[in-house]
Amino acid sequence: MTHITLPRSVLFLALLVLALFPLAGSTFYIQLGAKIIIMAIFALSLDLLVGHTGLVSFGHAAYFGVAAYALALIAPKYEPANLWLTLPAALIVTAIAALVIGFLVVRTSGIYFIMVTLAFAQMLYAIFHDTKLGGGSDGIYITVRPEMTVGGFKALDLESPVQFFYLALIMLNAVYVFLNYLLHAPFGRALAGIRVNEQRMRSIGFPVFSYKLGAFVLAGTIAGISGYLAACQFGFVNPEILAWHQSGTVLMMVILGGMGRLHGAVIGAAVYVLLQEFLSAQAFFGDYAKHWQLAMGSLIVLIVLVLPHGIGGFIDVFLRRYGYTSALQTENADD
Amino acid sequence: MFYLIQLLNAVQYGLLLFLLASGLTLIFGIMGVINLAHGSFYMVGAYLAYWLAKATGNLWLAIPIAIIIAFAIGLLLETTIIRRLYKRDHLYQVLLTFGLILIFEELRSILFGNDVHGVAVPAVLNFSIPLTETLSYPVYRLFVTGVCLAIAGVMYFVIQKTRIGMMIRAGNSNREMAASLGVNIPLLFALVFAVGMALAAFAGAIAAPITAVAPGMGNHILIICFVVVVIGGIGSINGAMIASLLIGLADTLGKILAPEYSGVAIYLLMAVILLWRPQGLANKS
Repeated sequence: MTHITLPRSVLFLALLVLALFPLAGSTFYIQLGAKIIIMAIFALSLDLLVGHTGLVSFGHAAYFGVAAYALALIAPKYEPANLWLTLPAALIVTAIAALVIGFLVVRTSGIYFIMVTLAFAQMLYAIFHDTKLGGGSDGIYITVRPEMTVGGFKALDLESPVQFFYLALIMLNAVYVFLNYLLHAPFGRALAGIRVNEQRMRSIGFPVFSYKLGAFVLAGTIAGISGYLAACQFGFVNPEILAWHQSGTVLMMVILGGMGRLHGAVIGAAVYVLLQEFLSAQAFFGDYAKHWQLAMGSLIVLIVLVLPHGIGGFIDVFLRRYGYTSALQTENADD
Repeated sequence: MFYLIQLLNAVQYGLLLFLLASGLTLIFGIMGVINLAHGSFYMVGAYLAYWLAKATGNLWLAIPIAIIIAFAIGLLLETTIIRRLYKRDHLYQVLLTFGLILIFEELRSILFGNDVHGVAVPAVLNFSIPLTETLSYPVYRLFVTGVCLAIAGVMYFVIQKTRIGMMIRAGNSNREMAASLGVNIPLLFALVFAVGMALAAFAGAIAAPITAVAPGMGNHILIICFVVVVIGGIGSINGAMIASLLIGLADTLGKILAPEYSGVAIYLLMAVILLWRPQGLANKS
């Protein structure tokens, strides 16, 4: 499998368009944009596991949900939470959850790994759904959104959709740049090695278990960033955010965009969210809009059958046709 | 006496799980396909039983028809879609069958709505055996236990003693070898898949009078079946039987001892097994 990194100019242009977007869009579209950005972070985190380490997690929503619940549980009821404190706290809780679950699931591989990650995510779902810990099946409201203060000055107030959009955009960029750096660093190369041939990596002397566990915890923590942001945006958490539908959805985004490409995860998230918005729009489909999952399900089946490398795969073919090969990295000939 | 009742419930629940998990584990073992839509057929069975029992007024007629319909849908699904997945990565199998779940759930919502339905216990079996002055045990649950045991027995006989069972075992241990020895693999796969779906639908239909016929019922039981398969070991029918009973016991015990956390008990059991024998109880490492 060959991997293509998008040209810098394209990435920069995309970033510029996104950064200027709130100046033109109405509140509805700004919020939709923020939702896409949040899901893009979520999809990026899963791509680290699925596309780059070869671990197909079907329970990734667990970490998204744990971070969201962490914010909801530690935020004060009637005043804004402090972003400086609550974000790291939520991420630490998420990382611990990913570490404990990862310690158990990373022992397995293949079909087992898929089922076991799903089962543990479902265990967390059961905890939040059945016990009083997180308000049961009703969930919890976050009545006031967090704010970020710098020396007593309120730098960011997440009640404002525009400010929230920029915070999410900055987070997405940070995650993208970090993952891009990481995947080219020795750690990322080792993960690629594990994906292609785990046995060989082990025999060279790499502590494969630790690398996989590291990737699992990192992916969970980054998913936590998106979960935290999602809780901020919706002001509400309930067990459905860590249900397996959510895990399936994010996996779909990764495949849709073409796994193993960072830009693929972002494209996949955008396409999925927009598609869902379109299919569930009453303006287009009237009464059938509430059955949008029927169309989405059919689309998923169709895409798996006819577009095995997602939209990202399409773009690669396109780039190659126009002679764009400078950033082409051949990872491994026999992959 | 209270514990006897709980034990009977645990065994009944475990055997019901076995009907689903055995199909799931065989489909994994033989075809290498992870089929998330397995739980959907449990739901299909239950809704068909509800609908047909209402239409015909007779559950005994409704169940066989439901099985035949599920078998036909299974056959259709295997030959049109699932067949294309055999050579693909598990990831795509998960996604495609996840898409199927969405389709089944929405079709259910369009055809039957989102209400919770009940199915009446057939009049013949609608009585209880008194155990003490206050406690009694419903006969229908005993009937379910008996039927599940009978099916497990038939399955054992078919797989161990008949020609087709031999082919299934051959396919389970080495697909290519079985094919080169002249086993009609496409036909065998279609058959195993459809029988698995029919079994799942049967479980749903026979359980309909004791559980509510509700949206999402297939998803919940699917994940529990995954736990069963993980504990028992992929491809192992014996493992599935042991694990189903274990899960039945763990779930029932959990509900008595710590009702709030009963949902967690089975996953804890799975975690322990994973630490102890990651390849499942019945498989050798």
